[in-house]
This record gives sequence, C-alpha cells and structure tokens, in this order.
Amino acid sequence: MIPVSSSAQNTGRPAGGTAVVDLAEAEDIKLRENAGRSYSQGALVRKRFFRHKAAMVSLVVLTLVTLLAFTSIGFAGIPGWWDKSYTSAATIVNGGKPTLSLVPQFLGGEGLRWGEHPFGQESTGKDYFALVMRGTQQSMIIAAIVGLLSTVIGAAVGAISAYFGGWVDSVLMRLTDLIIVIPLLVLAAVLGQMASGLELGIIPLAVVLGLVSWTSLARLVRGEILSLREKEFVAAAVAMGAKPGRIIAKHLLPNTIGVIVVNATFAIAGAVLLETSLSYLGFGVTPPDSSLGLLISQYQNAFTTRPWLFWWPGMMILAIALSVNFLGDGLRDAFDPRQSGAHRRKRGFFSRRASVTEAGATTAGGLAAAPTARGAGLNDAPVDADGRPNQPHNTSGFGAGGGQGGL
Amino acid sequence: MLKFILRRLGSSLLVLFGASILLFFLVVNSGDPLSDLRESQANNRDQLIATRIAYMDLDRPWYVRYFIWLQGLGGYLLGQGTLGTNRSGQQVADLLANAASSTLRLVVLATVLAIIIGVAVGIITAIRQYSGLDYAVTFLIFLFFSLPVFWAAVLLKEYMAIGYNNWIAEPTLNWALIIGLAVILGLALQAAMAGSLARRAFTFLATVAVVVLGAYLMFALDMWRNPRLGPVVQLVIGLAVAVGATALVTGLRNRSVLKAGLVTVALGMVGYYATYGILFANPNGWIIAGLAVITVLVGVLVGRLLGGFSQGSAVTVSVVTALVMGTAIIAEHMMNYWPALLRVKSRPISTIGSETPNLKADFWVLFLDKGTQLLLPTILLTIISVATYSRYTRSSMLEVSRQDYIRTARAKGLGERQVILKHAFRNSLIPITTIMAFDFAGLIGGAVITERVFGWKGMGELFATGLHQVDPAPVMAFFLVTGTAAVLMNLVADILYAVLDPRIRV
Repeated sequence: MIPVSSSAQNTGRPAGGTAVVDLAEAEDIKLRENAGRSYSQGALVRKRFFRHKAAMVSLVVLTLVTLLAFTSIGFAGIPGWWDKSYTSAATIVNGGKPTLSLVPQFLGGEGLRWGEHPFGQESTGKDYFALVMRGTQQSMIIAAIVGLLSTVIGAAVGAISAYFGGWVDSVLMRLTDLIIVIPLLVLAAVLGQMASGLELGIIPLAVVLGLVSWTSLARLVRGEILSLREKEFVAAAVAMGAKPGRIIAKHLLPNTIGVIVVNATFAIAGAVLLETSLSYLGFGVTPPDSSLGLLISQYQNAFTTRPWLFWWPGMMILAIALSVNFLGDGLRDAFDPRQSGAHRRKRGFFSRRASVTEAGATTAGGLAAAPTARGAGLNDAPVDADGRPNQPHNTSGFGAGGGQGGL
Repeated sequence: MLKFILRRLGSSLLVLFGASILLFFLVVNSGDPLSDLRESQANNRDQLIATRIAYMDLDRPWYVRYFIWLQGLGGYLLGQGTLGTNRSGQQVADLLANAASSTLRLVVLATVLAIIIGVAVGIITAIRQYSGLDYAVTFLIFLFFSLPVFWAAVLLKEYMAIGYNNWIAEPTLNWALIIGLAVILGLALQAAMAGSLARRAFTFLATVAVVVLGAYLMFALDMWRNPRLGPVVQLVIGLAVAVGATALVTGLRNRSVLKAGLVTVALGMVGYYATYGILFANPNGWIIAGLAVITVLVGVLVGRLLGGFSQGSAVTVSVVTALVMGTAIIAEHMMNYWPALLRVKSRPISTIGSETPNLKADFWVLFLDKGTQLLLPTILLTIISVATYSRYTRSSMLEVSRQDYIRTARAKGLGERQVILKHAFRNSLIPITTIMAFDFAGLIGGAVITERVFGWKGMGELFATGLHQVDPAPVMAFFLVTGTAAVLMNLVADILYAVLDPRIRV
C-alpha cells in the first residue's frame, strides 16, 4: 500500500533517520526486522489481527459458545450430546435451582459439578440449559444471515451508486434515506411481525433484519469508492476495456475490504441485539420456540425469586455481542492501524513534552503523510467501535452533500 | 442560506412522504387486525367486527386508507386536521399529546446529559491516549455497546431502585461501599490528571479523603433524608463555576472575563434571595421557565457590558455561571421538599410508571416525583448514548490532532488549553454534530424498549400496542414524531456545520 523505504531495513531502527510515513508502515518495518523477509498486504493484516489480544480472546469465546450451542442440543434433526429437550416439560427438582457449581469444595463451594439441570429449570420444568442453548443457536443463525445479507446488499448498493453516479446514485441514495428515516427498531418490528406470521421459524426474521440493516455500510462503501474510482488503476482498467461489473468486483471492492469486513462484524453485533430486543417486545421469535430475548421477557419478574432464569440468557447475549464487537475492533486495528490501540506508543498526541523529545522525523513524517495516506479523502470514515449510527463523517471537508448530510 | 434550508426541507419532506407510504403499507400488511375478535366468544361478535371495520376502514384497500390518513394530516394546514382514530375509535392526536410529553422529557434529558458527559470523556481519553484510564474507559464503552437494554434495566431496578429504597428508609453508613467508591474515583481522577508520581499520589489521596469525609458529613448532618444547601453553599458553587469556566475558556489572566463571571455570581446571590419567596410558596412551570429566560438574559447582558475585548468569552462564562447557579437554586427548593415527598411516598423510586398516580401534593413534590421516576430510564439511555459520543469524540480528536495546524499552534507557543479546546476540539466538532442528529432520532426509537421495561405510557407504548393490533394510525403518529425529529435535527446539524466551519457554505 505504502512503499517502505529500503533504508529503514538497513538502519534497523524504524524511527531512526528515515522518515517513517505512517504508523502502519512503522509496524510493517518492525515485522520485517523480526522475520527478515517481506509479507504481502494480507499477511500483514493477518499478523496484526492475531496479535490483538482482546480479539483473540473473543475469537476463542465465540468459537466455544458456538460449539456448545450447536453440539449440545443438536441442530437440524441431528441429535446432540445433551439428553434433554427444550420443549418437553418435566417435574421440577429442588425448586428448579441450577445444579451447576464452579466453586471448589476447599473454598466452601459444592465442588465442580455439572449436574442434572446445570442452568436450572423454568416454571414448567423445562431444562433451562437446553432453552438457553436453543436461544443461542437462534442468535447465531440470525448473526450469520444478517451479516451476510447486509454486507452483500450494502456493498453492492454503495459500489454501484458511487461508480455510476448521476441518476443511479440519486435513486439509490434516496432509497437509502427512505430506509434510514424510519427508526431501525420500528422498521424491524413491523417486518418482524410480518415474518413471525409466516411461521417458518427464524429464517424469515433473519432475512428481513438483513434487508433493513445494510444502509450504513452502503454509505461507507460509497464514500470509499467515490475517491477510489478517480485513481489511475481504474482509468487503466477502463482503458483496457474492462466492463463496469469487472471493475467494481475486481478493482474497487477488494480495495474497500477493510471497511466492509469491519462493518460486517458491527452489523452482526447489532443484529444479535436487535433480534433479542424484538423478541423481548414480542415482534420476533414467539413461543413455543425459544430465543434469548424471549426468555428474558418471560422471566424478568422472576428475578427476586429465581434469578438464574434471568442471568443466563442475559450473560449469553452479552458474551456474544461483546466478543463480536471486540473482533470488529481487532479487525479495524488490523486493517487501519492509524486508529489502533493495540500497541502502546510512548508519544501521546497531546503531550507536548513527548513531542519535544521525540520531535523530528517521526512527528513530521507522520503529520505530512496523514493527508496522502487518506488519498483524495473525499470521505474518510473512521469506522468506530459501535454498530449503531456508523455514519460516514468526513473530517477533511464537507463533500458528499446528499449522501453525507441527508437523512 | 434560506434557499438552502428550503431546498433541504423540500427534499427531506419528499423522503418523509415516501417513507410514510412504505411504513403504512408494511403495517397494514403485517397481520390480521381482527384476529382477537375472530376467536372471541362474545354474543355480539359480528357487531364488534363491524364496528372495528368501520373505525379502521378495513373494507377499503390500503392506498385509500393511506389517502384518508394523509388527508387528515393535511387538514392541519387548514387548522382542522386529524391523525385518525385507533381501532376503538379514540382520536390518536389526543393519545399522542399525552404520550409525547413523557417520552420527549426522557429523550431530551438523556441526550443533553449524554452529549455533555460523552464529549468530556472523549476529550479526556484522547488526551490520555493509551493510558490505563483510556483502556478502562474503552472496555466500559464496549460493554455498554453490547448491553441488552431490557436486561440492564432489570438490573438497575433491582440494585439501584429497590436497594436505594430499602436504604433510604433507614440510612446507615456502609463503609465498605463508601471506601470502594472513593478508591475507584481516586484512581480515575489521578489517571485523568496524570503528572508525576507525587502529583498522582496527592490527587488520589485527596480524592479519597474528600469522598470519605463528605460521605461522613452528609450522614452526620442527616443530608440523605433531610437535604439542604443554604446561601453559603450557593455562593461557593457560584464562585467555583465562575472561576472554573474562566480558567477553561480564556485562562484566569483575562481579568475582564473573570470580573464578568464574579459579577454574575453576585447577581445570582441577589436572585437567590429575591426569588426565595416566590419559589418557596407554590410556583408553577411557567414561573420557572420565565426565570430561566431571565437568567440567560442577565448572563448575556453582564458578559456584553463587562467583557471588554473578549465579549464572546465573557458571555459564555457568565451564561454558564448563571445557568449553574439557577439550577442550584432550583435544587435547593427541591431539597426543601424532599422530606415531604418521603412522607407521601416512603419508597421514592418506584420501578414502574412515569409518575405516581393520584398523587395530590404541592408543585415541588410532584416535580420531585416525576424527577425520581425519570432517574432510572435516563441513566439507562444516557449510558448507551455516552458510549457513542465518547467513542466518536475520541477518534475525531485523535484524527484532528494529526493535522498541521495543531503542530503550528504548538509552534506558536500556545498553551495546551488553547491547543486542545480551541484548535483541536473545535475542529473535531463536525463529526460529533452528525452523530448528534442521528442519535436523537434513534433514541426516540430506542425509547420503545425503555418505556416497556419501566411501564411508561409514552410514545413507544403507543407504537408497540398499535403494531400488535395491526392498527396503522398510532404507528404513523409515532413515525410522524420520529421522522420530523430526524428531519429537524439534520437541518440543525447542517446549519451547525456552517457555524463551526465557515469554509462550508450552505
């Protein structure tokens, strides 16, 4: 992406005499030094990602939760290792208290024990572990479908809108505005009620959630491609006779992969929360099926008497959403280390003392390179650690009138 | 400017119009509005169905029903509009009028608090990037982002409301809690102030001492059940705000600004005694609103007259001082009535409803009652919005801090305060403005869940009930408010862009 000066390799110190243009570059040099060989862009991104501790922990947690949810009660007719069903009622044992115990005996607990009903039983005696696992499965399915659908639609709409411009852009962006002006929860609730009327399980709900949550990605991709399509390599591709479809798919979208991947993770986290909210309000998953939001809605009044009915589904939602969000953060740092917090630097941006001692090459280079690294920078959009508004805001000026400030 | 606003308003209205058609179509087709009656066992079932069909125009196609709704809305231009009737024939406009006030109270307060706290936290974490404070705050923000609102609400009810209600009945000193709080606060404050080890240690110890002593004093003076402020505390608050605001805005060396602030404090003390009688008796909302306007005007006037060469800064300082003093005076009167509230409502924070029904009491008691009911939902909505604001402020400050003009400002020898507040913060405000426009409309939507959890009869409830009953009129009324809010907030944001950055011409 950014040419690395060869002298940096020789001198050995990244911030030495050479002008280190960017934080990403400084880090790439460091990687080279350690290994003595060069990496491709993808390999660099991968390496940065695997060094992000929070993201790695999240990846492990997410994998474990997914495995647990799908292997325990089974999926799509394949039985799992857990023998109780989430639909069949049973007699309540010991007031439905959970039998899971994690406190060892020498600490005054009951020892490590899994037990008959690890998460307890609900009021009709159904096994709560099976119910929560079923809800987790639903959340995971929703997450996968919404992530896929909203990414595909958002990237396509944004790319087509930006590449063709003119009336195509106007029409697509007005369509986006149309969807944005209706609050997401409202639109999702209306569509969710429609979908739950179909009685086909969770899939229609996931599809409609995907159909309404692509708008922020469309705007982000549009902003990126508006500046990318002015680059020479696009002109070269056009000169060689490439069709618009090929240019978008082969030349433009791969260059926006960072924005797309990062936004997809935040869309997934948003979708998990949205589904649980809808099920809580009664517009999403309806009984007799189970969902984490539905479980909380059913047992929120049991908090004082049977708190476990309330804690487990909530902790599950929190674990999924939190780890997906941290994954997104790790991906963003990997694709765009300028915003990174992964590696500690001595020089704070605002600390005068530090910039005096470390003045010269690093600071000057970093400042000078900032605008070029952002290219024509019509719409530099720091994707932030949230899934919610994710609005492209350009810091370099007020560019894309309708798209940016619209509705 | 006017042309731009009109053009913008025109295109927004078109989008709003299109969205209303879409939403109406979707709501009408989202289910069967007669499903509950079809299963009904009542003798007059057919008659009930006929009545509902008549109220909801179910015998006509959806576009005719939409047109009827639009016609009713258009009637407002002629002064005789209607928002239609719900399925039992009630006027939706009346329902909306009742519902909107409680929802807007909630959302506006949460937005204002979130902007103030979020922006401040964002600036501090950007200044102290990669410090322990930054990491801790970042983790908390991620946690808030991932928190299911309805789940967090139940926790708040249980641990804040019920716990507090049990405690206020018979306040006892909980030393473990106080010392824990003091240590956390001390750690946060020393991380924010930074500096040498000695300075950090001093900040930490001083904070812990102040918190522990303060808690003990408040307990010893029976402040929890019988709080009061008095003129001396008012004076101290006023002086602290005037000096602090001056130090932030221009620095204490600018004597004319400091003078303006101090004169405002003096006038505030005069106002404290002058309004004591009026406010103590039995005021109403209009009196307080009027006093608030007078407060702002006095602040502007003092700043203009005494500001000298730095009138703008002087006006800022005196208006802020005046507003804080006004709030403190209101707070004192509220405190005077706290025992009265406890007498009529022994568990002050109830977990359900936006106000206590059938409470017949003085203005201040009713005011306090609404305030205590507002507390939990506001905390919840604020926490979620704060996460957005602080994250965006932080990244936008860091982005700006890489610019050439920041280096130039330092090279000129400006102090850190000026570099951060005047050069960096001012320029990082543009993306924050964009978020603000989005967040407000989004919060009204998010209030649907909050209102359900806390049992408020607000707009969210109107929407949720309407949708459950496949009744488009209440849903469209809700959309009308959120849509208009979105359009207006975006317009405000567009105008603010031009104010913040004169290069942007609108």
